Amino acid sequence: MLVEIRNLTIAFPTAQGMSAAVRSVSLDLGAEKLGIVGESGSGKSLTARALLRLLPPAARVSADVLRFDGIDILSASERDMRRVRGKRAGLIMQDPKYSLNPIMTAGAQIAEAWANQRHASRREAAEAAIDLLAQVQIRDPRRVAGMYPHEISGGMGQRVMIAMMLAPDPELLIADEPTSALDATVQAEILRLMEDLVSRRGMGLILISHDLPLVSHFCDRVVVMYAGRVVEELQAGALAQASHPYTRGLLECLPTLSHPKARLPVMARDPAWLS
Amino acid sequence: MRSARWGRMAGTLSGLVVTLFGLVLVTFLIGRVMPIDPVIAIVGDHAPDDVVARVRGELGLDRPLYVQFAIYLGLLLQGDLGRSVMTSNTVVEDIARYFPATIELASVAIVIATVLGVPLGVLAAVRQGSRLDQAIRVLCLAGHSIPIFLLALLSLLVFYATLGWVPGTGRADVGYEGMDPVVTGFLLIDTLLAGDMDPFKDAAWHLVQPAGVLAYFSMAYIARMTRAFMLDALAGEYVITARAKGLSAVRVIWRHAFGNIAVRLVTVLALTYAGLLEGAVVTETVFSWPGLGQYLTVSLLNADMNAVLGATLVVGLIYMALNLLADVAYRLMDPRVS
Repeated sequence: MLVEIRNLTIAFPTAQGMSAAVRSVSLDLGAEKLGIVGESGSGKSLTARALLRLLPPAARVSADVLRFDGIDILSASERDMRRVRGKRAGLIMQDPKYSLNPIMTAGAQIAEAWANQRHASRREAAEAAIDLLAQVQIRDPRRVAGMYPHEISGGMGQRVMIAMMLAPDPELLIADEPTSALDATVQAEILRLMEDLVSRRGMGLILISHDLPLVSHFCDRVVVMYAGRVVEELQAGALAQASHPYTRGLLECLPTLSHPKARLPVMARDPAWLS
Repeated sequence: MRSARWGRMAGTLSGLVVTLFGLVLVTFLIGRVMPIDPVIAIVGDHAPDDVVARVRGELGLDRPLYVQFAIYLGLLLQGDLGRSVMTSNTVVEDIARYFPATIELASVAIVIATVLGVPLGVLAAVRQGSRLDQAIRVLCLAGHSIPIFLLALLSLLVFYATLGWVPGTGRADVGYEGMDPVVTGFLLIDTLLAGDMDPFKDAAWHLVQPAGVLAYFSMAYIARMTRAFMLDALAGEYVITARAKGLSAVRVIWRHAFGNIAVRLVTVLALTYAGLLEGAVVTETVFSWPGLGQYLTVSLLNADMNAVLGATLVVGLIYMALNLLADVAYRLMDPRVS
C-alpha cells in the first residue's frame, strides 16, 4: 500500500476549545486514482495535506496509522519528510496565480524542484526544466521557461505546476482542486494531461474536488466526505449504487440534458450525518 | 519595450524636476514668511535705521517676493546657496563640512540596524507566537517607544560615565582633532588614508555610541516591518508549494518568502536611511556630533536663513534621491513592475 490512513483526526484550537475538522478518516491507496469529493470544509484538503505534513502549525493531528509507503508520517523527522515531499509525493494546488512564486521564472521553479536532492549543474537543471515543460505539452517550452507567473495564463500555470511536481519522479501526486480556477475547456485539458502522465508513470493520484461526476470520470475510486468524515466509498463506475443520502442528494442536484428537470431539488441535510 | 522603458524614465525624471521645484518654492516661502528679520540678525537690534535699510537693499529683501525667488533660483542653478551669517562661509562650504559627519553616522547606523533588524524580524515571523517572538517584540517596542534623547542620555550615563567602555561626545578626542588632512570629510576614511591607526580607532570608538543609539531606534522599526512582511509572505501558497517540493526550511524562508518581501523592505530601508541622514537632530545634539542636524538647529536659532534654506534643500534632495533609488530597486527586483 502506498498510503494507509486509519482513524485520522485533525483538530484546531478555537476560543471554544478544540474543534475537529477531520474525524477518524480511514483510507487506503495503491498505484491507483482516488477521488476525494466533498463540499468546502469537509476536510478533504486537510486529509491530503496531513499526508505530506503540510498543515498549519496550529493543527493537531492524531491517527492510529498514517503511513506513506511504510513511513510513519506522524513520527518521521523533518529530514525524512523532506525526502517524501521532494522525491516521492507532489502537491498541486488550486490556483497557480497564488501557488507559483511570483518573482521566479517558471523554468527556475521547475529546475529548483528537479535539482533538489540531485547532484546536478545549473545548466542540467535548466535543460531538465525545459524538457519537463515539453512533457506537459507546452508548445514553446524554452520561451515559457523564461516567463514569470504573471505573464502566463491559468492553464499554462497549472501545467507548470504539474511539471514542477513531476520533476522528481514521485510515486504519488495529490491534486487539490487543480482545475477549479480554470475555464471549463482548459479544465478538461489539464485533467486529461494529468491522467495521462499519472497512468503512464504508474503513479498514485489523489484528486480532490467538489465535482462528483468529474472525479468519477477520471478516477478508479471515489471517497465522499462530509463534515470531516468519510460517508461513502465507491468504485467510480458504481455511482448509481450510492447508498448514503448525502451522495444521493449530490447526484440528484445535477442537471442533465437527457432528462431536464424544471426545478433542481435542494439537498435536505440530516443532522444525523454529523454523528 | 525599450522605448517604453525610456519613456517611463523620462516621466520619472520630469516628475523629479517638478518635485524639486516645489521643494525649493516651499522652503523659500517658509523662509520668507517666518517672523524673523534676517537683517536684524546681521546688524543687531540697535543698528541705525539707514544701516538696516542699506543691508536690506544689499540682500535684495526690499524687492517683490517673486523677484527674490527668481534671484534665489538663478543662484541655486549655479550651485550658490548664499552665505551663512553665522559662519560667514558659503552655505555650500558649510554643508560640505557638516554633512559628511552625518552621512558617516547615519550609514554606520543603518548598516547595524539592517544587519540586526532584518534577521530578527524574519526570526520573529518564522517563530510567530513563541517566546523568542515575544522577546523580540519587547526589544523592538522599547527601541521604538523610548524617546531617543532619553536613550542617548541613558547610554551616555551607563556606557560612558559608569562603565567607561566608550568615549563621550564629539567625533574625536581633542588630541586627535585636525591631525589628519580632510580629504573626504569622513573621519573613518580620512584617518585610514593618512595611514594612522590610532586616530582611526579613536574615530571608530566615538562613532559606536551615537550610531548604536540610532541603530537601535531604526532596528526596532526595521524588525517590526520585516516581521509583518514575512508573516504575510509565509502565509502565501507559493510557500506551501516550495515546502511540497521538499526544499529545506532555509531555502523556503530566504529564497521564496524573503525573496518576495525584499522589494518592500528596500523601500523601508531607504526611507529609514533618509530619516537618519536628515540629521538625527536630537542625537547629534546630545552627542555634540557636528553634523547637518546640529548645523540646521543652530542656524535656525540664529535666524541664519540662507543656511536653513540650504540645509533643508539638501535634506529634501536626499529624500528624493533615496526614493528614486528605491523605485529603481523595485523595478530591478520585481518582475511584475517591468
